[in-house]
Amino acid sequence: MVGDAISHAVLPGIVLAFLLTGSRDSFEMIAGAALLGLFTTFFIQFLNKKAKLQTDAAIGVTFTWLFALGVILISVYAGQIDLDQECVLYGEIAYVPLDVWFNDNGVNMGPRALYVASIILLINLVFVGFGYKQLHITTFDPSYAATIGISLGLWNYLLMGAVSITTVAAFESVGAILIVALLVVPPATAYLFTEKLHHMIGVTVVIALINSVAGYYLAVAINGSIAGAIVTVSGIIFLLVFVFERLKIRAFIRTKDLISQS
Amino acid sequence: MDLETFKTFFSFSDPNIISVVIGAVLLTSSSAVVGIFTFLKKKALVGDAVAHAVLPGICLAFILSGNKNPVILLIGAFITGWLSLISLDYITSKSKLKEDTAIALVLSVFFGVGILLLTYIQHSGNAAQTGLDSFLFGKAAALVGRDLWIFSGVSVTLLLTVSFFFKELKLIAFDSAFATSVGLPVRAIDQLLTTLTVLAVVTGIQAVGVVLMAAILITPAAAARFWTHSVFKMTIIAAIMGAFSGLTGAYVSFIAPAMPTGPWIVMVISAIALFSFFFAPKRGVVSRYLQQRQLQQSIMDENLLKELFHIGEVDHQPFKARSLKAILEERYFPKNVLLQSLKRLKTEGYLTHKNGSWAFTKVGHKKGKRMVKLHRLWELYLSEYLKIAPDHVHEDAETIEHVITPEIEARLEQMLSFPQEDPHQSSIPY
Repeated sequence: MVGDAISHAVLPGIVLAFLLTGSRDSFEMIAGAALLGLFTTFFIQFLNKKAKLQTDAAIGVTFTWLFALGVILISVYAGQIDLDQECVLYGEIAYVPLDVWFNDNGVNMGPRALYVASIILLINLVFVGFGYKQLHITTFDPSYAATIGISLGLWNYLLMGAVSITTVAAFESVGAILIVALLVVPPATAYLFTEKLHHMIGVTVVIALINSVAGYYLAVAINGSIAGAIVTVSGIIFLLVFVFERLKIRAFIRTKDLISQS
Repeated sequence: MDLETFKTFFSFSDPNIISVVIGAVLLTSSSAVVGIFTFLKKKALVGDAVAHAVLPGICLAFILSGNKNPVILLIGAFITGWLSLISLDYITSKSKLKEDTAIALVLSVFFGVGILLLTYIQHSGNAAQTGLDSFLFGKAAALVGRDLWIFSGVSVTLLLTVSFFFKELKLIAFDSAFATSVGLPVRAIDQLLTTLTVLAVVTGIQAVGVVLMAAILITPAAAARFWTHSVFKMTIIAAIMGAFSGLTGAYVSFIAPAMPTGPWIVMVISAIALFSFFFAPKRGVVSRYLQQRQLQQSIMDENLLKELFHIGEVDHQPFKARSLKAILEERYFPKNVLLQSLKRLKTEGYLTHKNGSWAFTKVGHKKGKRMVKLHRLWELYLSEYLKIAPDHVHEDAETIEHVITPEIEARLEQMLSFPQEDPHQSSIPY
C-alpha cells in the first residue's frame, strides 16, 4: 500500500520540477518524483513512529495531502504547463508517439517516452538483478537479513526509490492512479498460483504483457482510454485466475473427501 | 481574492452562495463523522478503495440512463461502492493475498474500469455528458437546486443514523468480541457501518470528487484523535474540522469557478491535521518531545540528589559541600548534563552553590533521602515478595524509584513493616 501512496504523492514533485525547470525533460521530473517518493516514505514513518498515528491513517493522510497539493499546483498554473487534471488521472498513452525526439542533426529518433521507459526498465532490471538476494531476504525474513548485515532501511528506501522513478516514467502514459494497478495487479495475480519468487516474477511479466496488448485492442474497439482498458483487462485476468484457483481448491477438497469416504 | 469578494461571500446575501455553503458543509462534516468509526476500526484505506470504486458506478448509471439525474448516479455509485467492499472481503478471506494488496488491487481495478467507461462516454459525443468529470475532483458550485436537496438529504440521514447508533458503533469499533458477548448484532452493525461509509463517500463526491474523497473520511478523524480521548468529543471536533474545510471549498468554488474544489478542501483539512499532529497538547509531536525531555530531566535531578545523599552517608557529613570531581567519582554523568542539572536544582532550592562546590539544603537533603529510601524499599520488596536474588534487584529499582507515588510508598512501608535494612544490608533512611 505504500507503493500506492508513493504513486499518488510523487505528483507535486513532478509538477514542481516542471515549474522550476520549465521543461518536460524527464531527468528533472524523475529527480523531483524520487525526492517526493523518499519524503513520503519518511513522512509516513515519522507520523507512525513519532506522532503514534496508526499506519493506515498515516498513509491515507500523507498521500491525499500531497496529491491535493499536486492537483492544485496543476490547476493554478494550468496556463503555463501542458499537464492537466485528466492527464494526472489516466495519462494518455495514445499521444506518446506524437512526442518524438529529434537528435542534434534533426533526425527523428522515435517517441521520447519509449526511450524513457526503456531506460527505466533497464534500471529496474539491474536493480532487481543485482539486489535479488537482498530484496528476497529483506522481504521474507527481515530479522535474518538484519543478523547477516543487510540494511533493512537502505533496501526499503532503494525499493521505494525504484517505485518512484517507475511511477514518473509511467506517469505521462497511464497517470498517477492507474499506475497502482500496473504495480499491484499482475504480481497479485501471479502470487495466486506460484510458490517460488523467481516463478512469480516470470509469470508477472507475462501477465503484464498480455494486459498491455489486450488492453490496447479493447481501448481501440470501444474508443476509450488505453490505460483504463489495460487496467480493466488486468482486473478481468485476476478475476479469472482467482475463480480458477477457487475451483481447483474446491475440486481438491472434494476428491480428498471422496478418498476419505471410500 | 480581494477583500470585496471575501465580504460578498461571507455576507451570504446570494441564495446560491448559501445553498453551496450549506451543501458543502453538510457533506464534509457528515463524512467526517462517519470517518471516525472507519478510523477507529483501522479501516481508513478501505474508505479510499470505496471512493475510487464509485466511479464505474456513476459512469454505468449514466450510460444506462443517458442523463445526469443525481438519484440514478448515486444509486450506481452506491452499488459499485458496495461491490468493491464485498470483493475486498472475499479476496482477503479466500486467498493468500494480504489486505493492503487487496485494497490496492480493488481500488485501482475499479478505478481503471471507471476511467475506461468515462473516456468511452466522453468520446461518444453525448452532449449531456459535460460535467460528469467534475465528479473526479469535485465541484462544490454544482450544489444547487435539486442536487443540493438530494445530497444534503443523504448527509442529514447519515448524521442522524450515526447519532442514533452511536453507542453500538463505538462498541464494535473498540471491542467487537465484547459486543458479541453482550448480545449485540455485531454483523448487522458492521454492515450498517459499511453502508454508512459507502453513503458518505457517495455524497462527498459532488464536493470533493472520487480521487480525494478518502481524505475527508480519514484526515478529520486522525486530526481529532490528537485533541481528545473521548469518542464523542472526537466526533464533534472532526465534524467541525470537516465543516470548516467544506466552507473553504465553497469559497474557492465561488472565487474561481473553474477550479476543482476537492483538492482545496483536502489541503485545508490536511493543514489542520498537520497542525494537530505537531502542536496538539499532550499527543502532538512537540509536546511529546517536551514531556519526554522533562521526564529525562526530573530523572536526572532525582538521580543526582540520590548520589549526593550516598556521598554524605559514607562520610556522615550530609550537608558538606561537594566538588564536581567528588560527584563524578561517585557516579559518572556527562559533564554538561550534570552542570545543567545542578543549576536546575539550585534554582529549585534543593542545593546551594559556593566556590565550585555544591551542598544540600534542608529540602534537598530530604528529597535525596526519600529517593534512596524508595530505591531500597523497592529492592527489599522485590527480594521479599517476588523472591528475586538480591544481586538482580538494583536495575529495576533504579527505574521504578522515579515513579513511585506517596501512596505506594506508604503501602510499601506498611507491607514491609518499616524495615531497617535493604537486601544489601544498607540501612533504609526514614
